[in-house]
Amino acid sequence: MTLSLESLKRRHIDPTKPLLEFDRVVMHYRIKAGEVSAVEDVSFTVHQGEAVGLVGESGCGKTSVALSLLRLLPANAAYLSGEIRLNGEDLLYLSPEEMRQRRWNDIAMVFQGAMNSWNPVYRVGDQIRETLDTHHRGLMTYAQQREHMEKLFSAVGLPPAMLDRYPHEYSGGMRQRAVIAMALALGPELIIADEPTTALDVIVQDQILKELKRIQAEMGMSIIYISHDIAVIAEVTDSLGVMYAGKMVEFGPTSEVFARPRHPYAYLLLRSTPSITGPRRQLAALEGEPPDLLHPPTGCRFHPRCPFAKEQCVTHEPPLEDIGGGHKVACWYHEEVPELEGALQR
Amino acid sequence: MTTALPAMPTAPRANRADAPLVEVRDLEMRFPISRGMFRTATEFVHAVDGISFEIARGESLGLVGESGCGKTTTGRILVKLQEPTGGNIMFRDGDYERDVATIKGSQVKEYRRRAQMIFQDPYESMNPRRTIFDTVSEPMAVQKVGTVPERENRVLELLRMVGLSPPENFLFRYPHELSGGQRQRVAVARALVMNPSFVVADEPTSMLDVSIRISIMALMTALAREFGVSYLYITHDLAVARYMCDRIAVMYLGKIVEIGPTEEILANPKHPYTKALLSAVPLPDPSIRRTPVAIKGGISKAINPPPECRFIQRCPYAAEVCRDNPHPPLEMRGEDHFVACYRVDAIEAGAPPTS
Repeated sequence: MTLSLESLKRRHIDPTKPLLEFDRVVMHYRIKAGEVSAVEDVSFTVHQGEAVGLVGESGCGKTSVALSLLRLLPANAAYLSGEIRLNGEDLLYLSPEEMRQRRWNDIAMVFQGAMNSWNPVYRVGDQIRETLDTHHRGLMTYAQQREHMEKLFSAVGLPPAMLDRYPHEYSGGMRQRAVIAMALALGPELIIADEPTTALDVIVQDQILKELKRIQAEMGMSIIYISHDIAVIAEVTDSLGVMYAGKMVEFGPTSEVFARPRHPYAYLLLRSTPSITGPRRQLAALEGEPPDLLHPPTGCRFHPRCPFAKEQCVTHEPPLEDIGGGHKVACWYHEEVPELEGALQR
Repeated sequence: MTTALPAMPTAPRANRADAPLVEVRDLEMRFPISRGMFRTATEFVHAVDGISFEIARGESLGLVGESGCGKTTTGRILVKLQEPTGGNIMFRDGDYERDVATIKGSQVKEYRRRAQMIFQDPYESMNPRRTIFDTVSEPMAVQKVGTVPERENRVLELLRMVGLSPPENFLFRYPHELSGGQRQRVAVARALVMNPSFVVADEPTSMLDVSIRISIMALMTALAREFGVSYLYITHDLAVARYMCDRIAVMYLGKIVEIGPTEEILANPKHPYTKALLSAVPLPDPSIRRTPVAIKGGISKAINPPPECRFIQRCPYAAEVCRDNPHPPLEMRGEDHFVACYRVDAIEAGAPPTS
C-alpha cells in the first residue's frame, strides 16, 4: 500500500463496474424488548465514480446501512445474512484489524455534525496529520505530510494557512470543509456523507455540495449521500434509494425516480416536499407515524399508512422488482401509482 | 388517509384598513461584549439594528435569513423573552393597546395571554418531568385561569384540535413517550391554550421529517384561520416560508433588506442578497439547473458595524454609492414590496457585477 501525492489525482474509473455491492443484508439490533429489524433485506450497488443517495425519514435505517458497511455498529447489532462487497471482497469476513485498514483508506466518512467533532485544543492540521500517521506511519516525511495537507485544503477551498489554526477560528462551513479534507486524506474510493450539510446555511451548503461534486469527478470517487433532504439528494446524486422502515422500497436513476416515483411512499415523499419554484401545488401529508420496528407490520411495511393498501399488501410482502431501466420498486400495485394524483385530489 | 395542506389565501393582506396587530418601529437589540479588567462593554453586537415592520390581524409574516442574522432575537423580543435596547412595539388587540417594548412584570404576564411562542426543538422545549396535561395547562395555571377540571377540559379540547386522538390517552403521558411530531403538536396546543392573537413560531418544523413537517404546517395554517391568529414565522427554509407566510421579510446582519408578498419576493427578488439566497436553495427536481450563486462566504457578526450597507462585503454589485452612504433605507419597489439597496435600478437595468 502506498500513499503519494498522486493519490489525490483522478484514478481510472469504469462506470459499469460495481465498487460496492450491498447484497440482501439483514441487520437487527438486539435490545431487552426483542429484536429491532433495522435493515431488512436491503440491496443496492454503487458503481465506480457514482453518487448514490439514500433518503427516508429518521429511523428508516439509512444511517444503519452506512454504519453496517463500515462495520461501526454498536455491540448489540447482529448481521443475520447478506454480503457487503467492496471490489468483490466481502467486508463482513474481514478481521477487525483488516477492516480498520479499509476504513479511511478505502472508505471514508463525513458524519452528521462532524464539524463539531474537532478537538478544540489541537490545531486542525495536527489532527489531520494524526490520520496520516495512524494509517501510514513512516511513509511520508513531515514536510511531505505538510505538502499533502496543503493540497487537500486547496482541494476543498480552504487557504492552506488555516492548517495552523484552531477549530474555534473556523466558521461552521469551514469546519465542515476541513472534515471533508480529512476524509480525502488517504484518497478513498468511496466516501459516505451522512447529512453532510444539514446544519449549514443554504449558501454555504450550496458551496460545499458543489465542492464535493467537483472533487468526486476530479478524483473519480464514489459517494453515498444520506439525507432526509430530498432536494439536496436530487441535485447531487446519479442514483437514489428510498428507504422506509428498514426496507429499500424504491431504487433507480435519480432523474427517473423523481420524474416517475412508483412506490406510494416515494411518491408521497416527493409530493410533500415544498419547492420555491413552479406553481404552488398542494403538498401531500402522510398520516400516522413510522412503525415500531420491534413489531414491524405484516406484508408491506408501509401498508398501515398507505392510502392505496389492499388485502394483498397486508398479507404478502412485495419484492423489489425491476420495472425497466434499473428502476426497482417494491409495491404490488406500482402500475397503478401514476393514478394516485387523482386519488389525492379526492 | 392523507390530508392536503389547505391553500393559503392569495390576497397578500386581508383587512388592510384595520390597524395592524403588531407594529414594530426601529427595533434595536445590542448585546455588549465585555472585555478587559473592569469588564466594560467596549463593543456591541448589533443583533437587531433598527428594523420596522407590521403584522396584520390573521396575517403570517415570515422572517428569513441565515443563522446569526437576528431573526430569532427579533422573535424573542416580540414575546418579551428579551428586553430590546431601543424601539417600539405597538400591539393592538381589541381594547388592549400599548407599546409592549417597555412593559414590565405583571404587564408582561398580561401580554402573554395574547402572545405566545413555539420553539424549534420539541425535545428541549418541554420539561421531561411534567405530563402533557401539566405542559399544556401551564399557561392557564400561570394566568390563574379556570379550575382544574375546567383546565382539563380545555386541554382535552386542544389536544383533539392538534390531532392527538384520543386526547385522554395523551393527557398523563410524558414528553419522552411521544414522537417528535407529536411533541410539536403538544407545543402548538400549549401556544394556543390561552387563545392568543399572536404567535411567534421559531423554526417549528425544522427538526421534523418531511412528511410530519407538512402535517404540522397544515395544522398551524388551519388553526390560524380558525382562531384568527397572526404568526411571525421564523425560518431559514424559503420553501417552507412559501407555504406558511403571506409576506416574507429577509434579514441580513440585523437589518431587513427586503420585505413583500411571498410570491412576489420568490418570483421577483430585487435585493442582491435575496437573489443569492433564493439561488442557493436546492430544488427537489433533478431536471432543473439552478443559476449559480453569486455570493461567497458565510455571514459574519455585526460587531460595531460600519455605517455603510451591511451587505457590502459580500455584494457582487457593491459600488461607490454603497460605500459613501449609510445603510440604505427600505424603499417601495412595487406593490407592498420594499427593498433596501441603492443599486436596485442599476441591477434591473443590467449593470454588470462589480466584483
